[in-house]
Amino acid sequence: MSSQALPGLEAHAMASRAPTDWTSDAMRHRIARRYAAERRFKFMGLLAILISAGFLAFLLVTMAANGLRGFTRTEIALPIDFQRAAIFIDPQALKMGNPDQVLAGANLPAAIDKAAQDAFGPEGARLISASAVRSVRNAIVADPTILTRKVTIEVPASEGIDVAAKGKGSEADEANVARLRQAGVLSSGFNLPFLTASDGTDPTVVGIWGALKGSLLTMGITLLLSFPIGVFAALYLEEYAPRNRWTDLIEVSINNLAAVPSIIFGLLGLAIFLNMMNLPRSAPLVGGLTLALMTMPVIVIAGRNAIKAVPPSIRDAALGIGASPVQVVFHHVLPLALPGILTGTIIGMARALGETAPLLMIGMRAFVASPPGGITDPATVLPVQIFLWSDEVGRGFVEKTSAAIIILLLFLLTMNSIAIYLRNKFEKKW
Amino acid sequence: MTGAIIVLIVIVLGVIGWIMARARATRLQAEVGRLATNSRPNQHGWYVALWTVLPALVFLAVWANVMPGLVTGTVMGNPAAQALPADDFSRGAILAEARAIASGAQAGAFNPQSETLVEPFRDAINRYSAIGTVLAAILAFAGGAYAFSRVKPAFTARTRVERMVMWALLLASLIAIITTAGIVASLIFESWRFFAMVNPLDFLFGLKWSPQSAALGYGNEDAFGAVPLFWGTIFIGAIIAMIVAIPLGLMSAVYLTQYASPNVRRWMKPILEVLAGVPTVVYGYFAALTVAPALRNFAASVGIPGASSESALAAGLVMGVMIIPFVSSMADDSIAAVPQSMRDGSLAMGATTSETIRRVLIPAALPGVVGGVLLAVSRAIGETMIVVMAAGLAANLTLNPFASVTTVTTQMVQLLTGDQEFDSAKTLAAFALGLVLFVVTLLLNIVALRVVKKYREAYE
Repeated sequence: MSSQALPGLEAHAMASRAPTDWTSDAMRHRIARRYAAERRFKFMGLLAILISAGFLAFLLVTMAANGLRGFTRTEIALPIDFQRAAIFIDPQALKMGNPDQVLAGANLPAAIDKAAQDAFGPEGARLISASAVRSVRNAIVADPTILTRKVTIEVPASEGIDVAAKGKGSEADEANVARLRQAGVLSSGFNLPFLTASDGTDPTVVGIWGALKGSLLTMGITLLLSFPIGVFAALYLEEYAPRNRWTDLIEVSINNLAAVPSIIFGLLGLAIFLNMMNLPRSAPLVGGLTLALMTMPVIVIAGRNAIKAVPPSIRDAALGIGASPVQVVFHHVLPLALPGILTGTIIGMARALGETAPLLMIGMRAFVASPPGGITDPATVLPVQIFLWSDEVGRGFVEKTSAAIIILLLFLLTMNSIAIYLRNKFEKKW
Repeated sequence: MTGAIIVLIVIVLGVIGWIMARARATRLQAEVGRLATNSRPNQHGWYVALWTVLPALVFLAVWANVMPGLVTGTVMGNPAAQALPADDFSRGAILAEARAIASGAQAGAFNPQSETLVEPFRDAINRYSAIGTVLAAILAFAGGAYAFSRVKPAFTARTRVERMVMWALLLASLIAIITTAGIVASLIFESWRFFAMVNPLDFLFGLKWSPQSAALGYGNEDAFGAVPLFWGTIFIGAIIAMIVAIPLGLMSAVYLTQYASPNVRRWMKPILEVLAGVPTVVYGYFAALTVAPALRNFAASVGIPGASSESALAAGLVMGVMIIPFVSSMADDSIAAVPQSMRDGSLAMGATTSETIRRVLIPAALPGVVGGVLLAVSRAIGETMIVVMAAGLAANLTLNPFASVTTVTTQMVQLLTGDQEFDSAKTLAAFALGLVLFVVTLLLNIVALRVVKKYREAYE
C-alpha cells in the first residue's frame, strides 16, 4: 500500500541501488581480497602464539642444553703411592683424634700435585681440581690402610679439563683430554656433590644444597606468617567487615601492595627489619619476613575469591540452625573455600621462591660456603645463588648456573602442578 | 634457643589447659543437660587455652625487650665494670663483645677487658632468663587456673572466645595497612635525608649520574642527576618491552579467544602463562648469556656503532616476552567483556571475523586494553633482575638500542649492594629512587584501574 502511495521514492531507491551482482569480477575480486585479509589476520594470531611459545621452548632448551652437563662431572683416576709420597700421617692419630685435623697438617696437596706430575707429566697438577684433596682425604678416612700402599683414587678433574671433556674447552685442554682418554683414566659420572655441597670458588665442586636449604627455611618463615595472616584478612574482609572507610582503606592497601614492585619490599625490609629492628643481615628470618609481606596480598586476593565462591545458602543454612557467625565461617565457609585458598597460596609461594631482587636488598648476596644451621644464620637462596654464579667468570660456572636453574624450575613446576591438581580435584561448581 | 623452648612450654601448657577444660565442660554438660549450658565444651577449652597462652606470650615479648637493659644494669654494678673506659663508644664495644661471648655467639675476645666481664654477663643473663621463665610459667598457670575456675554451665565462653577471634581477624587485615604505611614512611624518611644533602631539582632533572664520584669526595653536585636512569627505564620498560609485548600479547589473545579450537586453547593458554611464572633471574640469565651476545654480534656485523654486550635491546626484548601473558590476559578479559550482541550484529552485516575483531571488538575493548598496557608498563619498570643482569651500568642518554643503558632498579641494587662502604648519600639515593618508582607505579595503577572500571561500567 505504502509503496503505491509513494511511487517516486521507490523508483528513486531502485535507481540508486541496483541489486548486487555477486558474480561480477569486481565483487569476486573484492571478496577474495577480504578473505585473504581474514586469512592473513588469523595467521598473524597464530604466529604471535607460536613466537611466544617458541621463545619459551628456546629458553628451556638452552637451559637444559647448558644445565644437564652440570649434573655430570669428569673424574681422573689418579694413582698415588703413599709410601713414596712425602706425607707423614700417624695411622694411630688418625684413628684416635679428629681425622680432618690430622690430615690438614699432612701437606696432602703437595703430595697430590707430585702424584699427578708423576702420572701425567710436568703439567699433571693442572689437570686435576684443586679440590682433589677432598676426595683423597675422604678416601684415607674411609680406609686408613691405603696409606701403606699404592692406590688409585678418582679425583675431580680441573675446570678446564671438565669443560673440555664435555666438548667446549680450549684447544690445549682438548689435547689433554684426548691424551687422558687414551690412557683410560678419564671417566664421567653423576655429580652428586652438586646436590650436597654449598657455594665455593672452584666450579668443579660447588653445590646447591646450601642455597636450597636457605630457600626452604625462608619459604618456611614466609608460609608460617603469610598463610594465617592472609587467610584471616580474607575472612575478615569477605565475611565480617562493615562497609566503611577503614575497610575501603584496607582493600585499597591490599590491592596496591599486590602491584608494588618487589624491589620496594626489599627497601622496606632494609629500612625496618635491618636498620630499625637490628635483625641479622642475610638471614632466612629477614628474607622470610620480607617475602611474607609480599606474598600476603596474593593470598588475600585468592582467598577472597575462593570465599566469595561459597554460595550464601550454606551460610544461611548454618545461621538458620543456630550457628554463630564465627562458627558459620570456621565450620562451613573456610573448609569449603580451602582448596581455592591453598591453590592461591601455592602460586604465591612459587612466586616468592623465584624472587631475587628484595633479597639482594637485605644483603642475601654474601658468599656463604656452608648451609645455614638456623633461621638467623647467614644464608643464600636458590635464585640469588643463580644470580651470584651468573656473575662468575669461570667457564665451569655456566653449566652450574643452568643446572641450578633447572632445579629451580623443577621446584616451581612441581608447586604449580600441585596447585592445578588441587584446583581440578577439589573445586566445586555450585 | 631457650626462648623457643619457653614458648613451646607455654603452648604445651595451653594444650593441656584446652584438654582439661574441655573434659570438665563435657562432664558438666552431662550433669546439667545440654540445653542448660551456654557454650560447647570446645569453646570452654579455647577460652582456657587463650588465657594460658596469651598473657604469658605477651609477657615474654615484653621481657625479651627489657632484659638486655636489666642485664647491662646488673653488669655495670659489678666491680669489674668500674675499670671500663669512660667514653660511650669503647665502653659499648666492650660490653657488646662480652655479651656476645657470654651468649655463645662469639668464641674469643678481641679486647682483653671484655674477658673479665664475660662471667658477670653470663651470670646476669642466666639469672634474668630464669626469672623470665618462672614469671612466664606463673602467668600461664595463673591465667589458666583463673579461666579454668570459670568453667560453669552458664559461663559465656562462646561470646568471649568469638570476640577474641574477631580481634585476631581484624588485626590480620590491618597488617596490610601497616605494611603500606611502613613502605611509605621508610621511603619518605630516608628520601628526606637524601634531599637534605642533594637538591631535589638536581636529582629529578640533572643529566649526570655518577654516585661513585660523590663517594670519592668530589661533592654531591652533578653526581645524582637521575634523568639518564629515568630514560633508561622508560626506554627498556615502556618502549622496547611494549613494542614486543603489545602486538604479541594482543594477537595471542585475539587468536585464542576468537579462532582457536577449544583444544588448542586448553593447551596454549597455560603454556603462555608459564612465561609469566618463569623467575625473572632465569630471564636475566638467558638475556645475558644468549640474547645479548647474539644482538651484539648482529649489530657489529651490520656496522651499528656503540654496540655493547649489555644492551637495552636485549633486556627490553626479554622483558617484553615476560610481559606477553600479562597483556594477553588483560586483552582476553576486555574482549570477553564486549557484549555478544555487538559481535553478532557485525557478523550479521556480513563482516568477516577479522573485520569484526578489528572494527568492532578491539575499538570497544580499547579502554580495557589500554588499562592492561598501563599495568604492564608499571610492572615492566619495576622489574629488576632482567635489567640488572642484561642492561648494564653505564648511565647513557642514548636512543641507540644496542648501547648499554641503566635503569632505576639496576642502580638501586648497585647502590645498596656494591663493594663500596655504606656511604650515606649513596645509600640514601637508592631510597629516593625507590620513592620515585613507588609513586610512578602507584599512579600508573590508579589510572589503569580507573580506565578499566569506567569502561566496564559502560557495558553493564
